[in-house]
Amino acid sequence: MSIFYLVAFLAIIFALMTIFTKNPVHSVLYLVVTFFTLTIHYILLNAQFLAVVNFIVYMGAIMVLFLFVLMLLNLNEESEPMKSNLVKIMGAVAGMCLIATFLGAFKVITPDNEMVVGNAEIGLVKNLGKVLFNEFLLPFEISSILLLTAMIGAVLLAKKDPKKV
Amino acid sequence: MEGAFILEKLILVVIVFTVSLVIAMYSTLAERKIAGFMQDRYGPNRAGFGGILQPLCDGGKFFFKEEIIPAGAHRSLFILGPTLAIITACISSAVIPWGQTLDINGRQITLQVADINVGVLYIFGVVALGVYGIMLGGWASNNKFSLLGAIRAASQSISYEIGMGLSIIALLMVTQTLSMGEIVAQQSGFVNWNIWVQPLGFLIFMTCAFAECNRVPFDLPECETELVGGYHTEYSSMKLGLYMFSEYINMFVSSALMAALYFGGYNFPFMNDLGLSQNWITILGVIAFFIKIFGFIFFFMWIRWTLPRFRYDQLMNLGWKMLIPLAIANIVLTGVITIVKDTYFS
Repeated sequence: MSIFYLVAFLAIIFALMTIFTKNPVHSVLYLVVTFFTLTIHYILLNAQFLAVVNFIVYMGAIMVLFLFVLMLLNLNEESEPMKSNLVKIMGAVAGMCLIATFLGAFKVITPDNEMVVGNAEIGLVKNLGKVLFNEFLLPFEISSILLLTAMIGAVLLAKKDPKKV
Repeated sequence: MEGAFILEKLILVVIVFTVSLVIAMYSTLAERKIAGFMQDRYGPNRAGFGGILQPLCDGGKFFFKEEIIPAGAHRSLFILGPTLAIITACISSAVIPWGQTLDINGRQITLQVADINVGVLYIFGVVALGVYGIMLGGWASNNKFSLLGAIRAASQSISYEIGMGLSIIALLMVTQTLSMGEIVAQQSGFVNWNIWVQPLGFLIFMTCAFAECNRVPFDLPECETELVGGYHTEYSSMKLGLYMFSEYINMFVSSALMAALYFGGYNFPFMNDLGLSQNWITILGVIAFFIKIFGFIFFFMWIRWTLPRFRYDQLMNLGWKMLIPLAIANIVLTGVITIVKDTYFS
């Protein structure tokens, strides 16, 4: 349990650092460390597959792309475009809405609701695969179609119109 | 966990570390010797017998050279770059099974540091992390050539990781497990090697491994003719040494990975017919594994001194338009063959 508190503390610290650092590259690096602490959380939950996928996909691929874009744009404090106040206010309102949703959700869960203790081995690859392809086959396939659609959309947006070139 | 277990693993970790560092060190000499052989000259032969002390001299020289951090560089990230590169190179060997079990006074010792049940994915994760060392180093140097090298490294590694992952999926469909220990144990003897069922997958995997190691013909991140020195243009002294060292360790680990995944790892032909005790089989197995690894390292070097470098658009075309569709076709083919075999020939 003490490991959980240590890792949770580190996760929150690094998440805050992500927000408060001025340099965008530092920000991305702190986010990488935050993802690493989340990976440790998954390992503590005995969800090995989820842990290693989180490690590969978020730390290894998505954050590398983030860093890639930042390096290409070469953003720093001087060249950072100032956001107008309206955008800031809208951001604050949206954040408050999210907090309200979370608070509402947590209020429903009262401590006397019995905790559901599932199978402790559910996080291993074999069991997870069986659950995904038997019980949750439809949601799994639908979400993969969603990802495919997003990918095709991105390619279509990035592709130049041959008539205009 | 009892003390003896921790001690046993600790000794194993130290041995694996030492061996991979020594092999990386002598790979530099082997590379120059092989280059000499291919170009019909001697190669380094002054320090010690046949140049055997050359890597030590090179290492000593790296330590005593002046340490320069450019004025415009980002100091902490500039130091973090090579550190990350060497750390990620060293930790990826943790899940490779080096041999079977040794029986010492009734105590079974498995020659593998950690047999986690997502071993293959662990290696992927660490390899994916390895690119941060190059990216951070290149960016922190505050030099346009370094930055271009870093950006190339990032896009190259992400592109080829996809092909590599897809080629591994076909292999996993055959082996039915993600644990490195089990994958190697399944390939006992000679006819059970995965190369016989996954030849196309192996070719794709090997090409991607070359690209992930930044070796010729895919060494675009450090392409001298275009980028001076690429991502390590501004590096000097042992920091440059660490970058080079991590490249050689990566080469060693990917050779070990190819040998373990496709060429049977520590298994060798007729191992079950010799009638030797388990300890002897294990020792011979380790020797067989290292012979395979050295074979692959030689292959890496052979390619380096034979093929010219790709152009960057050719590299991207090969990765996205050739290897990824091929790997997907390989997955479909493997699936069809598995189903046909299960329904008609079981």
